[in-house]
Amino acid sequence: MFIIRYRNWFFAFTAVVVLLSIASLVAFRLHESIDFTGGTLVQVTYQNGRPDAATLEQSLSAGGFSGYSLREVGTNDYDLRSSNLSSEQRANLSQILSVNGKYPMTVDSLNEIGPSIGAQLRTDSITAIALVLLCILLFIAFAFRKVSKPISSWMYGLMAIVGLCHNVLVTTGFFALLGHLTGAQVDTLFVTAILTVLGFSVHDTIVVFDRVRENLRINQDRNRREDFAETAGRALGQTFTRSINTSLTVLLTLLALYILGPQSTQVFALTLLVGIIAGTYSSIFLATPLLVWVEKRRGQKQK
Amino acid sequence: MLNRRLVALLIIVLGMGVGFFVYHTQKSGSWPFKLGLDLSGGTQLVYQADLNNIQQQDVAGSMAALRDTIARRVNLFGVAEPLVQTETVSGHQRLIVELPGVTDTQKAIALIGQTPVLEFRLLKPGASIPTDISTTSISAAFEPATLTGKDLTSATLQFQGASGIVQEPTVVLQFNSEGTKLFSQITSDNVGTVLGIFVDGVPITTPVINEPIPNGTAVISGNFTAQQAKDLAANLNEGALPVPITLISTETVAGTLGSQAVQDGILAGLVGVGLVMLFMVLWYRLPGLLACVALSVYIVAVLALFKLIPVTLTAAGIAAFILSIGMAVDANILIFERMKEELRGGKTAEDAIRDGFARAWPSIRDSNISSMITAVILFWFGTDIIQGFALVFGLGVLVSMLTAISISRTFLYALGFKGQGAFSHFFFGSGFSK
Repeated sequence: MFIIRYRNWFFAFTAVVVLLSIASLVAFRLHESIDFTGGTLVQVTYQNGRPDAATLEQSLSAGGFSGYSLREVGTNDYDLRSSNLSSEQRANLSQILSVNGKYPMTVDSLNEIGPSIGAQLRTDSITAIALVLLCILLFIAFAFRKVSKPISSWMYGLMAIVGLCHNVLVTTGFFALLGHLTGAQVDTLFVTAILTVLGFSVHDTIVVFDRVRENLRINQDRNRREDFAETAGRALGQTFTRSINTSLTVLLTLLALYILGPQSTQVFALTLLVGIIAGTYSSIFLATPLLVWVEKRRGQKQK
Repeated sequence: MLNRRLVALLIIVLGMGVGFFVYHTQKSGSWPFKLGLDLSGGTQLVYQADLNNIQQQDVAGSMAALRDTIARRVNLFGVAEPLVQTETVSGHQRLIVELPGVTDTQKAIALIGQTPVLEFRLLKPGASIPTDISTTSISAAFEPATLTGKDLTSATLQFQGASGIVQEPTVVLQFNSEGTKLFSQITSDNVGTVLGIFVDGVPITTPVINEPIPNGTAVISGNFTAQQAKDLAANLNEGALPVPITLISTETVAGTLGSQAVQDGILAGLVGVGLVMLFMVLWYRLPGLLACVALSVYIVAVLALFKLIPVTLTAAGIAAFILSIGMAVDANILIFERMKEELRGGKTAEDAIRDGFARAWPSIRDSNISSMITAVILFWFGTDIIQGFALVFGLGVLVSMLTAISISRTFLYALGFKGQGAFSHFFFGSGFSK
């Protein structure tokens, strides 16, 4: 199987992509949305063209806003982010945003989140991600408990987790870049996307591992001696079409969701799209070749 | 063979029946989809209740009273199908108010903000009534009595005072049976102590208890003007909160944005399904076509479940559903790939079908368990948005596994391919293989 044979090339490619993702994370950083920091997000649409930023800023300052940020969205919209509103600001919001009625507008959405909620959500997100990883590790170790030769079932779990970390890194790295380009911010939907990518890609990895497990069992039954690299390579070949096809159907639906779907889930769909591609890649080109690598090292040590 | 065909027919009829149910109920509106606020448009307010002055055993009762009081208040607003519910998030008691169709956030906040908080507090032994009314000095001097706004039935404005002097406006509180008992108990246990009546955290009146009061009425007499007393009585009559609440988050979505999101979601869903089906038929041919039938059954089954459970659909939930359509065919793909392998190994179509299913099963099981783990944790983690996603995702994984396995298998057997002829070879072949 070429993937196993040239695994070092794929490892190198993976390393480059991971490094790029880390670089993107360091350079652009992730920007937390009000979901985590607390604050206010107002999305406004102007019917007859929006005021320029300076005009709106003047109106906002007069209305007692400070330390806010304005962002132009589309051709007629603004996103306004600020700290939590006073009741006066909330009452005068349409007055302020329409610059005393000069620019007719509608508030599409107004979202305010208290700082305590945000802080708690951040902890919850991290807990949830850690919990998913732990449960997956335990589950894989359990599901593969009967295959402890030539490498222990914990290794399967561990390599699956390495694959998952790759997926999370690549997805967040991409998101940092997206944030830099479009102002996308990390919100609860992003966390959902990450968790979904985790679920999907481990699903993918398990299918390949499962085939490795089956091949090992057949070898044992038929008393056939085969290099682990051969066995794993065969499993990859056997599941290759399936992995690609499943990802393809998911990507097709995500693409439809991204291009045609609701605006509020567009970034979400794009994040998932990237995550699923990373997930498919890692379950084919990373997790199983890593298993082979581990087995080879073990073999060398024993000699 | 005949049996299998009957079952297959039954599945088709059943699927069409469920499909008709979904279509018909949507047309007539008898079982509508439940849309979240982000799709229907409206306002959601989340409050945190301050339970510092409440005994542990009274928390549940106070939260229930809080919910009922706010619900009554919201009904005054004339909102269709408001939702008022309490929830506990990591030890914090919260109150969630959903007002579909209301897009004036400030008005909604003001309406709920009018609800007064009524509390009774006893002066601690040795403490004197503080002159400033800051929260810290008040909670240093007073301790909560168990009586709160939840024990109130009505409040009336009365003018009291000895004849001859100017009559003072007062508010007379009437307690319910529970409140009467409590009030009688408190007054008989604490004769000689100051019992403060607090509205919105401010001591309105701080009389000394002279004697036990068994009849369940209390009088608030402060330095009211007649108008103030009247407003207070009116507000208390609409219900008084047992504990103070603070607004911690609001979300308002314009209705137009919501309906646009629904339309976009439906379009994306249809196109997504179309693409997946096209791919399945082109790649897997006959089995692919059967997978499409299974997928259709899956879609109508999940939609029917959305209506029946009912699941509150949000934009994230719709995304999860569309995503699940892509994932639903995964079990089929696994099975078909396996079948093709068995066919290439020289088996007859029937054997290949049987072995394909049997061999694919462990993969399907394990991979779906991992997805379910994710869904459960997501649901646990969830704010509303995420729970909406997790529920749909989890439901999708479960139902898709069932439909893919049972339905595809039944259909494949029902068609009854036995031989290895060119005919079945073509129909079972796929993209690359000849």
